[in-house]
Parts: sequence; C-alpha cells; structure tokens
Amino acid sequence: MARDFVTNVQRSRWHDGALWFVRHKRDVQASSIPEWEYLRQMASKIKTSAIARSAELLEQFEQNAQRLGAVVHWASDAAEHNQIVYEILHRHDVRRLVKSKSMLTEECHLNGFLEERGIEVVDTDLGERIVQLRGEPPSHIVLPAIHIKKEEVGETFHKHLGTEEGASDPQYLAEAARQHLRNKFLRAEAGLTGVNFAIAETGGIVVCTNEGNADLGTALPPVHIASMGLEKIIPRLEDLSVFTRLLARSATGQPITTYTSHFHGPRDAASELHIIIVDNGRTELRQSETFRPALGCIRCGACMNTCPVFRRSGGHSYGATVPGPIGSVLNPSNDSVRHKSLPYACSLCGSCTDVCPVKIPLHHQLLAWRKEFGKRGLLSIDKTLPMKAASLLFRHPRLYRAAGRIARAAMQTLPRFVFVNRFNLWSRDRELPAPPEESFTQWYARSRKDSGNHAQVNASGYNKNHRN
Amino acid sequence: MSVALFVPCYIDQFYPDVAIATLELLERQGVDVVYPQGQTCCGQPMANTGCADQAAPVARRLVELFADYDQVVCPSGSCTAMVRHHYADFFEPGDAKYEKVRSSTFELCEYLVDVLGVGSLGTSFPHRVSIHQSCHGLRELRLAPSSETRCGNVPDKLRQLLQGVEGIRWATPQRSDECCGFGGTFAVNEADVSVAMGRDRIADHLAAGSEVIVAGDMSCLMHLQGLIRRSGTPIQVMHVAQVLMGRPLPQPAPLTHS
Repeated sequence: MARDFVTNVQRSRWHDGALWFVRHKRDVQASSIPEWEYLRQMASKIKTSAIARSAELLEQFEQNAQRLGAVVHWASDAAEHNQIVYEILHRHDVRRLVKSKSMLTEECHLNGFLEERGIEVVDTDLGERIVQLRGEPPSHIVLPAIHIKKEEVGETFHKHLGTEEGASDPQYLAEAARQHLRNKFLRAEAGLTGVNFAIAETGGIVVCTNEGNADLGTALPPVHIASMGLEKIIPRLEDLSVFTRLLARSATGQPITTYTSHFHGPRDAASELHIIIVDNGRTELRQSETFRPALGCIRCGACMNTCPVFRRSGGHSYGATVPGPIGSVLNPSNDSVRHKSLPYACSLCGSCTDVCPVKIPLHHQLLAWRKEFGKRGLLSIDKTLPMKAASLLFRHPRLYRAAGRIARAAMQTLPRFVFVNRFNLWSRDRELPAPPEESFTQWYARSRKDSGNHAQVNASGYNKNHRN
Repeated sequence: MSVALFVPCYIDQFYPDVAIATLELLERQGVDVVYPQGQTCCGQPMANTGCADQAAPVARRLVELFADYDQVVCPSGSCTAMVRHHYADFFEPGDAKYEKVRSSTFELCEYLVDVLGVGSLGTSFPHRVSIHQSCHGLRELRLAPSSETRCGNVPDKLRQLLQGVEGIRWATPQRSDECCGFGGTFAVNEADVSVAMGRDRIADHLAAGSEVIVAGDMSCLMHLQGLIRRSGTPIQVMHVAQVLMGRPLPQPAPLTHS
C-alpha cells in the first residue's frame, strides 16, 4: 500500500510538505524555549517514575476521583471497555453519543461496536468527522484527515452535509461542519472524551483540544464517559505543566492547545462522570524492559510529522491504528505476527527519537522489535536466507574477497540486464556503483607491499612498525 | 601508539579511493596507521534485519581483529555507531576486548577533530559543496547538532574540517539533515519510499546550487549516486575524506556496461 501512496508523486510530495510544515512550526516553538531539552528530560523522568509506580498511582487516582463523585471502571481489554461504555449508555437509554478525540476508542474499535447496537456515534473533532463520514480510520493521531485535500473534503460534505457541489473554500466548509456538529451536540444524550492526563493526587482528568469539542460535548449532555489508557497517569498537578508545555509545541507547533480542560468529578448533581481505565496490553508492555518507555507516549504525533517514511507513505499504508514510529513500536506488542512488517518500514534515521518530547528511544525500539522477531522465529526466509549467506561470507575473509572479485568482474563484463531488471529492487530506479578494478584490500596489498609484519616507510617518511 | 584502519565492506569493494583517501589523510597528520588484514563487515546488515545469531560471529570477529590496537579509525558514522552502540548483545557484560574496541573506535571526522585537533589541512577544493549529514553520524554519534534537538554546544565536525580546505563555497539545502532513504536493507525492502526520499534529497541539494554532496558515510552516497547516475542529474557525490584530501571532482561515470 505504501507503493500506491508514494508513487503518486504529486500527492506524496503534498503530504510530505504539509507535515514538514508542522515539523517546522514545532522547531520554531521548541527554539523559543531555552530549557527545551531540560523539559524533555523532566518529562521523561516523570513518565519513567509514573510507569514504575503505576499501580499505586492509579489506586490513588481512583480514590480521589471517587471522592470527587466520579465512577471509576477498570477494563482489561478492548472488549471489556466497549461493554462498559455500552452498559452505561444502555442504562441511560442513550441513542446519540458525541465523541471528542480519543485514539483509545479507535484502538478498541468502539464506534462500530456501538453502531451495531443502534447507537449513533458522532466524532466531533473536525478531522475525525471528515474521516468518519468517509468511512476511513484516522491517518494520523493528531491530524486525522491530513491525507485528505480540501477538494475531497468538499466532495464528502456535498454528499453527506449537502454543501454546494465543487466547494473547496475552507471557511465555507468549516462553517458547514460547525452547523452540522452543533446540531449533533444539542441532540446528544452522552459525551465521550479521551484523557490526556490523569492526575493521581487530585483525581482530576485533563483533556486537550483545539476545537473546544470536548467541552461542548460534555457540558450539554448529562453523562460524560472518559476513556483512558492506564499510562495516562501522572503523579502531581505540578507535573502537568511540564507536559502541557511540551504537548502542543511538539504536536502542532502551538505554544499550548486552545483548550486545556480540567474535569474534577461530574459537573453537577444531575450529571455523571464515568472514567474507564483501560489496560489492553499495556501491562504486558510494562513488563518488557525494552519496550516499557513506549508507555510514556503523550500522543503528540511529532514522530509522525518528522518521520520521512510516514510523510511520504501516509498513515494508512501499513494498516495500523496508531501509525508512524510510535505505532510501529506499540502495534507489534498487541499482535506481533500481523504487525511484523512495521518495524522494517523505517530507515533507522532516528529523527523520531530526537523529536520525541518524552525521549522514547523510538528507532532503537524498532530495531529491538526486529531482533525480537528474529528471536521468536518470525522472520521470513527472504530475510533470513540472505543474512545467513552474508554472515557466512563475512566470517570467511577469503571467501568474501573472492566473492567481491567475482561480483565486480561480473558487473564489468556481463550484460546490463543481468543486474538491471525488475527483480532487482536496487537497480529498478538506481544504478549500481561503477565497479572499480581492485578493492581497497587489493590496492593495499599491491601498493603497501611492506605492510604486514615488516617495517614500512609511509608518505611522511617516518619509519613505522606495523602489526598485523 | 598503534592505529588501525577499519574499512567498511562496501567501501573496500566499491569505493577503494575513499579508504585510500582516509589512509593518506591520517598519514598526512603523522598517524602511524595500519590496515589489519582479514576485515570484512561490522555485521550491521544482519543485526538490523533482526538476525542476531548471524551478526554475532561477525561482530566477535571484528572485535578480535582490532582488540590489540590502541585506536581504530573508520570512515563511516554508521559502522562506527554499530560497534559503539549496538554490539552489547553479542558479548558478555564487561567483556574486556569488546570494551576496549568500543571505547577506542572513532569515526574519521571525530578522530580528526577530537583526537588529533586538526585545523587547516593545506588542501584545496574549489567547488560549491553541500553537506549531507548521515543519520547515524548525526544522531548516534552526535557529529553535529541535529535539527530536532536544542543542544547548542555540539559542534558540526564535518563542516569544521571542511572549513580547513581552501576554496570551498557552501550550498545549503533547505532541510539540513533529512534522511536520504538508504537505511541498509530498507533501500530494497521499501524501495519505493527509499527512492522517493533519495530523490527529494537530491532535488534539495541541487536547488541549493551544490556541485557535490559531501558526507561522512559512503553508503548514503552510494544510494544517492545510484539515483543521480540513473537520472543524469548534474551533481556529484564525494566522501568527506576525498574532499579533505583535495581529490578532483569526479567525472560522471558511464552506466554499468550498457
């Protein structure tokens, strides 16, 4: 699927440019804070500590949230989470649910589950609404419709919202979405949000949005359900400031999200707040010393914006709910067989690691997954066989030198089609290096005849004792 | 002081002049440098594919080969990073030979700047040059500050060295350190994405008015050169060692046996 996206050069360039623009905005914001690297260090330490203490902190959070009047639920996996949501909605006879952005509910495939049970689910984040109307998953965790052009949004809105045919003016389309969503907000009987941060010492939750849709979606209906992965826990309120300073700067290059909404229990006596704490593989990830740091992810999406592969191949190409570098680390922990190609769609450039606000060593984790697949015997023969051959060659220098000589001679004498054909993925679009007459090893043996265990006079005239 | 030259396999086989230039560069600084026989590969292709069992014996061979030298110098950030940061799994914790090789292996530019303190080189290269920061040199070895991080005090070692060569005029691509898309086996596993990344880099350097893309890793340049030669783009690639030695700009090579 990456091939389809990337070989549409115009679209791939446009997608790359759009995300590079966001990465550039992020750079400007990061530069505006002298203590940027210190903040990253702090964030990393807070998350490391919170993950280590998560059992204790989550219980503290539960008690404090309950004290504020919230109902706290625990879900071990996606199915349990979805069932809990459904039961809450069913109890209140809810037919219409508005949702603000939540990658966790994407991970749990909640929308389909509720729709099958006759509940209308409306994603109220503009980008998410666009992809929902088109029947697609988000292609990016912060910019869910970044792969869609405004003309295509116009077509989608014309079909579903009755806007003028051919309209592509962003202001006109946004206004149409606004009116459409306003109506959905007013008629909703419950609102569901994600959670960016859950604070153990206060029992409060924090939701960051740019559109205020979480606020409206929870201010109107009497039931608010907040779904959170258990890694969202942070110990103290004062820790929050470290993350709010990093999150929006890393995500979209804004100093802060337009709305940073704090919820402390239900808004009044007639309302309910349900907080669902979801595991769904996170505890297993926590057991792994190698992959544990990935739980520190604050879902800013900076690794996607900077990833040269993601920018050119889009968020749908590799079939993962959370795409990009962090997705390629997280997805194989749920299903390593299905997602085993993900860690290979990476040039190991390390830009994700350097951009990550919580300093997750993403590219080293991708490398660690490859090693893990090798250990579990999941590598296909087209990967293992060439490596076995290479290893054999590299363990036997004479064989290696002979193979090199033969290959270079063949490249000089055999017809071009032997090397340049559609089966050779290197030379489909690239020339092979022009083969030199001799290798460096041959040159050295010829021109530095005295090398080895003998004394040698080098270019600068000093007598050297060489060792071999 | 015994100094060994560690030549990556693809340089040995396809770019011998890069190793010759490295050798001459070191000798010019009065370094007593030898090329230990029996070198092959650092094991990175196997390790990066996930075949640790295949990489381990190759890694152990390399350590055995270089363990008796005081310093090891390699004209590749990627292979140096492999030895320095990715060998631990192949050795017992605290393995004395590995620890020695790990701490005494240097990438060429960092060796010239940090160990030898090289300034002006007395060579000349009268061309418009742009730098391609290879990712492993940049983000594994910190040979320069990466564009993502805000560590102001990291010097750019490649640039610093090139500033000691007469006649260089600079061309600056818009994206200062984006990956070229080589990525080892990635170049064939994800050939389409790899090629798109490489073409974008070349276009960026070309638009900056560069005559020659210079890097510390010949593997990135092999990929870029492959694309340049196929499309006949008017730009060349050179390893930093070749530029530091004042080698002439290469002439466009004819296509392989066409």
